[in-house]
Amino acid sequence: MSDTASPIRPRTGTRIEFRDVTKVFTNQKKTETRAVDGVTLTVEPGEILGVIGYSGAGKSTLVRLINGLDSTTSGQLLLDGTDVVGLPESKLRSIRRGIGMIFQQFNLFHSRTAAGNIAYPLELAGMPKAERKKRVAELLDFVGLGDKGSNYPEQLSGGQKQRVGIARALATNPRLLLADEATSALDPETTHDVLNLLREINRDLGITIVVITHEMEVVRSIADKVAVMEAGKVVEYGSVYEVFSHPQTKVAQRFVSTSLRNTPDLVEAEDLLAHDGRLFTINLTQDSGFFAAAAAAREDGLGINIVHGGVTTLQRQSFGKMTVRLTGPDQAIEKFRDALSRTTDIQEITR
Amino acid sequence: MTTTYLAADWDRLGGTFLDAIGDTLVMVTLTMVLGGIGGLLIGLLLYTSRAGGILQSKPIYWVLNILVNFVRPIPFIILIAMLAPLTLQVIGTTIGRSAAIFIMCIAAAFAVARIVEQNLVAIDPGVIEAARAMGASPWRIIRTVIIPEALGPLVLGYTFIFIAVVDMSAMAGYIGGGGLGDFAIVYGYRAYDLEVTYAAVIVIVIIVQIAQLFGNWLSRRILRR
Repeated sequence: MSDTASPIRPRTGTRIEFRDVTKVFTNQKKTETRAVDGVTLTVEPGEILGVIGYSGAGKSTLVRLINGLDSTTSGQLLLDGTDVVGLPESKLRSIRRGIGMIFQQFNLFHSRTAAGNIAYPLELAGMPKAERKKRVAELLDFVGLGDKGSNYPEQLSGGQKQRVGIARALATNPRLLLADEATSALDPETTHDVLNLLREINRDLGITIVVITHEMEVVRSIADKVAVMEAGKVVEYGSVYEVFSHPQTKVAQRFVSTSLRNTPDLVEAEDLLAHDGRLFTINLTQDSGFFAAAAAAREDGLGINIVHGGVTTLQRQSFGKMTVRLTGPDQAIEKFRDALSRTTDIQEITR
Repeated sequence: MTTTYLAADWDRLGGTFLDAIGDTLVMVTLTMVLGGIGGLLIGLLLYTSRAGGILQSKPIYWVLNILVNFVRPIPFIILIAMLAPLTLQVIGTTIGRSAAIFIMCIAAAFAVARIVEQNLVAIDPGVIEAARAMGASPWRIIRTVIIPEALGPLVLGYTFIFIAVVDMSAMAGYIGGGGLGDFAIVYGYRAYDLEVTYAAVIVIVIIVQIAQLFGNWLSRRILRR
């Protein structure tokens, strides 16, 4: 995809501002569920926000509030400074035409070909037929499906379907793209391709993207900022580096560990503890002082072995965790622990 | 040696038989078209007004649902009698082919409504959500998403209801509507002439078979199978 061939003019993305946004669902028995509970959050233009949480955390609802597929119960939701809360359906419809959305199950129209699917939002926008045809061809090329225009959805693979979904979402030059678990139904390889495409779109066109996912890998490979959701609340928010290197909440720690896999899980810890010595997990940062402490430990006659670990680079910064087995006198081990706890986090793994 | 039991006088009956075929075709066709459109509208309203639908409305759904449940189980022959005052108002008479068609349309509309609703419920809600997310209005969604997405099964549903409409048309004779049912009763059953009855039956079976084959072919084309 060269810049000159790009069918979409680069523009700035939408700024999204949630101000104490709450969504309450009331079911038939009049019991209330706070799907989104007092969320305050700003997404800057051109940013990619990853919203992560387990199912039922309210992340899908949070995103559906942005384009008004669900209505906000209280609070303000500003898109480029315009509050969309309480707008009549007809106003919301014109706002939605400027917001692209892609879905986990792609949601392509089975009665239409790939080209027909991409043409749909253009028909809604009232684009003349000849112009529409040209634009659909451009978009098909853009997502790398130039020869698949006349295929029906069932003749396309999952990855190709999502590409059609992306082309359809981009057809009207939106400044905001919402991705609702857009890669959750795809295999790892295809997920990678689709995420690359999204990143390209963001980089080349400056579109703001909100990605909902339950996979930390997705956040890690695409997002600038992360919002971790639990029970309707955003419990943790920050840059991807911040959240990955220093997750504060239990739920964030769990998501991070599924992606980084740099601390031994319960089963692995159990296996490691079967041997002699004591186990310590050390947080590695640029100046964690690990090597100095390790050298000193050796002089004190300690045996030191790396048994588990991983180092990652995110947003140009490296961080990671390492688990070591120390064998030798307890006194020397305590000295090693004290030395490191002054410069970084160190935790002993015990039964 | 050769005894002919089935000895209808086709020279005398031939013209009446053709008229009866014509009457049946007119009654069935008009009912399929007018009752079909009416049923489509009621079915669409049932589907879109139900909880979670794009035109969600409890009162509309409730009233329509009760109405459909009320009309559908009424045996057609009783519906004819029951609707007589309404038929008189609309058609100007309670007898004859037009009166029969009017009542058939009403009965068919309510039967079709349920079939339409059932087929629409099977549509993936995701595609409707996608259309909403793209800013389509409810009417637009009905026209460009709901009907096209369900068209294949809808055609099969209409094909299914065709037999019921033919069945109804056979009772039109009761109010002077003519048709093959009437022909079979008057010239076959009451004249102890089995050949006439069989002739009517064969034509009805052929009509239904043609409709069935056409419906199957059409739905297969729409579903691309």
